[in-house]
Parts: sequence; structure tokens; C-alpha cells
Amino acid sequence: MTAAAVAKHSTARDSTPALVGFGSLVAFFLVMELLIQTGLVNRFIVPPPSEIIGSFQRLILEEDIFHRFLVTLGECLTAGVMLTVFGVTGGVLMHRYKLLQQACETWVAAMASAPLVLMYPLFLVIFGRNVWTIIMMGFIAALPPVILKTIEGISSTRKVLINVGRSFNLTPAQQFWKILFPASLPTIFVGLRLGLIFALINIVGTEFLINFGGLGQLINDLAERYDLAGTYAAICFVILVSVLFFMTLEKAERWLIPVG
Amino acid sequence: MAPAATPSSGTAILVADNITVRFETPEGAILAVDDVSFGVRPGEFLSVIGPSGCGKSTLFNVIGGLLSTHQGVVSVAGETITGPHKSIGMVFQEESTFPWRTVTDNVAFPLELIGMPKAKRVERARHFIGMVGLDGFENRFPGELSGGMRQRVSLARTLASEPKILLMDEPFAALDEQTRLLLGDKVLQIQQQLKQTTLLITHNITEAVQMSDRILVMTYRPGKVKRIVDIDLPRPRTSEIVSSESFGRYVAQIWSDLREEASRGMRADEKHALNEGAAS
Ligand SMILES: Nc1ncnc2c1ncn2[C@@H]1O[C@H](COP(=O)(O)OP(=O)(O)OP(=O)(O)O)[C@@H](O)[C@H]1O
Ligand SMILES: [Mg+2]
Repeated sequence: MTAAAVAKHSTARDSTPALVGFGSLVAFFLVMELLIQTGLVNRFIVPPPSEIIGSFQRLILEEDIFHRFLVTLGECLTAGVMLTVFGVTGGVLMHRYKLLQQACETWVAAMASAPLVLMYPLFLVIFGRNVWTIIMMGFIAALPPVILKTIEGISSTRKVLINVGRSFNLTPAQQFWKILFPASLPTIFVGLRLGLIFALINIVGTEFLINFGGLGQLINDLAERYDLAGTYAAICFVILVSVLFFMTLEKAERWLIPVG
Repeated sequence: MAPAATPSSGTAILVADNITVRFETPEGAILAVDDVSFGVRPGEFLSVIGPSGCGKSTLFNVIGGLLSTHQGVVSVAGETITGPHKSIGMVFQEESTFPWRTVTDNVAFPLELIGMPKAKRVERARHFIGMVGLDGFENRFPGELSGGMRQRVSLARTLASEPKILLMDEPFAALDEQTRLLLGDKVLQIQQQLKQTTLLITHNITEAVQMSDRILVMTYRPGKVKRIVDIDLPRPRTSEIVSSESFGRYVAQIWSDLREEASRGMRADEKHALNEGAAS
């Protein structure tokens, strides 16, 4: 086998999982299409995939889905900035002040597993039916993983690195900025990535619930009009956005942290 | 051969006086270091040798000012230390490079702390990187280097701070024999040039005899001073001295001391393991 052939072979093998994954998705749609067209599945509950794909054009032209997307994205990014500032700072402070950590860590962890989206009526009362209710819901829901991962990152800094800092007579501030913080950055990024995904889920959910804002409201609108194909198409779009979001964050992380 | 006695602190720059360290563990207190006293004269190369687990790293941490639960006093130039002392530079046994910094930025770390301008410190860092034989790796991250290369980065980083007293805890343990000998030559050369007072912790007898003016042999648990051996070999020394006859005599002598301790240690560990086995 020539080198080129080997290379070709290996790239072919690398893309196999992706192809199989995509293939099974296509197969799933084909099976659904078949079941619906033959009447085995009620088309008033699940519209056929062909119709869903067909209604994408309508979503783009009539419902201005890209504008909706930008609205949701803006909310996510705002929540993300707030998470980075308050979540990381919160984690740092909790690590710094042991009493605070002992007092709060348990309920922060409990918050991480609670369905905080149910708190939306409270937020509606506090912030009113506007974009801040949505952003705050995303922010609060995503705060626990960011705080917990920040604490984890700082406290798992290897002892010997801290000792190196001490042996060079670093001040506490230098010890933090030159050693603890960079050492925990990879873990903090994991927390932020998780947090941003939590935020996206809760932001779209809240938009749906309070019928306001971007993609979530669009789904609510379409469902209320009983535009089933459109609803499903919008849901597919949200899933697509989340996957892209996730992949972008992963890429950004690898780009920001040169060598793991 | 000098017995283990407290040297007069007048001539020594670094003095350890009756150092005792106990660790409280769930299974009871461990006496890691027991009443160790010695002094290091300015410009002297002293090695501490002993079997694994005898308390060498513990002693290293006490002298470096990183441990404060000990009894006894460490003083540098007559001044009792209460924490890391600015004239002591430490090279740790564990991997201690900063994975988020390139080799150059790792080595330039102490220079950055004293506020040296960037261009100047990069140039200084280059100098020390070359000294440990890592030219060409300046812009790599530690994650891209071998364990031995990373250890050399840590060494260069400490050398870059130009400490008056250099404290090293098995810095060459991760290296192969040839690299160890060559790097040993290099360290010796630097040490002789800078007249740096050096305390090397090792369990390699050849390395200790090759480099040291004196060797402190420790006992196994509790770690006491068993013997201090003067190495009366001519300087400058290179790794070639290894094949001389008097070198062999020193090695044989220290080995017989250490063999006693090491086998005592292994018997103790076996007994411990047996007890554990009986208990479970
Ligand atoms: N933080 C600690 N808590 C409890 N016991 C400890 C602690 N650090 C060290 N010890 C114990 O003290 C003894 C001496 O440990 P130390 O690390 O100083 O040995 P060492 O001579 O450096 O060994 P090696 O050559 O393997 O590095 C060991 O028995 C170890 O189990
Ligand atoms: Mg050790």
C-alpha cells in the first residue's frame, strides 16, 4: 500500500462513526416517514419528516427564525458574561473563605440538580415579562456548575505547584494569579461550558413558558397555531443550534488552552 | 570520618539543629525525621542519602521553610527561618513545571517576579535552558516534553533565580544513567563557578560521591543521621572520576551503610504488610 493510500484509508476510517451516525438519523427519518404515510402513526400527532423539512423554508421567510436565533443567542451571551463574572468570582470566594464554602457548597450542589425552570413565576414577578426574566433564569440555572467547577479546579491544584510558588516567596495575590488560577483554568472552562449549555436550555424553556423573546416563543406560537410541521421544524432547529453551540464551545476551549 | 555532630554555626551558612518531624496519621504518629543536625559551609556540596521513605523529602521541606510543624531550628547565615527563605532555591522531587507556560516562560518565572523586562528575561532564560541542554525546546509546553526534560526545566527555573543556596530533591531521578551523569557534570560545573552552596537529596550513591564534598547518610525510620562522610576527591571532578579506585572505596563504604538500612527498611515493610494481611 502506498503512503497516500494509507492516509486515505485512515481518514476513511476516521469519518466512519460520523457517517454511521448520520446514516442512522436518515434511516430513522425514513422509517418515521414510512410509518406515517402508511397510517401506522397518526400524522396529526407527528407530521411526516418530509413536511417538517418542507416547512423550514416557511420558518426562514415568514417567521424570521434567524432573527429569533439572534435574540436567543444574545440572551445566552449576556447570561454567559454574567456567569463568567459572578460564577467564577463566587467559586473563588467560596474557596478562599472556608466558612462560606462549608455553608454554601451543599445547597449550591442541590441547586445544580433542581428543576429551577419552575421558578419562572417568581422571576416574572421580580423582573416583569421582559428579556431580563429570561436572562436571569438562564443565569441562575447555570450558576451551580460554574461555581462548583471553579472550586474543584482551584482546590485540585497540585500541592507541588503551590509549593513552587511558596518557595519563590509569592505574595497571596501572586500565588492566586500566577499559580492557582492558571492551574484551574481547564476545569473552570469545563464548568463554563456546562453552564452555557444549562443556560441555553433554560433560556429557550423560559421563552416558551412566558411566550416572549426568541426561539422558545416561536415554538410556543407555532404550537398554538397548531402548525405541527412548523413546531417540529423549530424544535429541530433548536437542537441543531445546541449541538453547534456545544461544538463551538469545545473548539474554543481547545483553542484557549494550548496543551492539556 | 566525622561523627554526626552539630557543626559550629560560625562556619556554616545553613544549619539544621535538632530537626524532628512527626506526622499524625489515622494509624498513629509517624516519626519521619528524628533529631537531625548538620551544617553546610558556604560553597559546599552536601548530599543527603538514605533509603526510600526515610524522611529525605520531609527534611527538604523543613529546610525550604515549607513545613512548620517540626521541632528544631533551621538557620541561614545565622538567621532562623520561619518560612521560605529568599536565598534558598528549591528543585522538587515531583514534576513541578507549570503546564500552562512554555519552557521559556517557565524558566523566566523567577525573573518575571523581580520585574525584569521581557526581552531581557527571555534572553536570560535562554541561557539557563541551554545550560540544561534543552536548546530548541524554548517554545514547547511541558506537556510536549519527556519526564526527564520537564525535570530539567524545573532545574533551569530554579537556577534562573540564582539562589545562594540550592536545595534539590532527587532532581535526576527520572533521567537515564547517561543523561544523569552529563547533567550532573553540568550542575557541578555551575555550582563550582557560582560557588553555590548546594544540598542534594538523592538515593544514588554514585551521584552522591561524584558530586559531594560530604555525604550525610540517613537511617531508615526514624530518619536519623547515621554517618557523615567526607569525600576527599580532587576537584574539578567530571563523570570520569567514577572509574577511579578511591571513588570505588567511597561507594563501597556508603553502600555497606545503606544496605544495612535498606534491608532493615524492607524487613519493616514486610512485617507491616504481614500485619495488615493478618488484620484483614
Ligand atoms: N504529609 C504526610 N503525612 C503523613 N506521613 C507522611 C507525610 N509525608 C511523609 N510522610 C511519611 O514520612 C516518611 C518519610 O517520607 P519522605 O517523603 O520524607 O521520604 P523520602 O525519604 O523522601 O522517600 P523517597 O526517597 O521515596 O522520596 C514516610 O514514611 C512517609 O510515609
Ligand atoms: Mg522523597
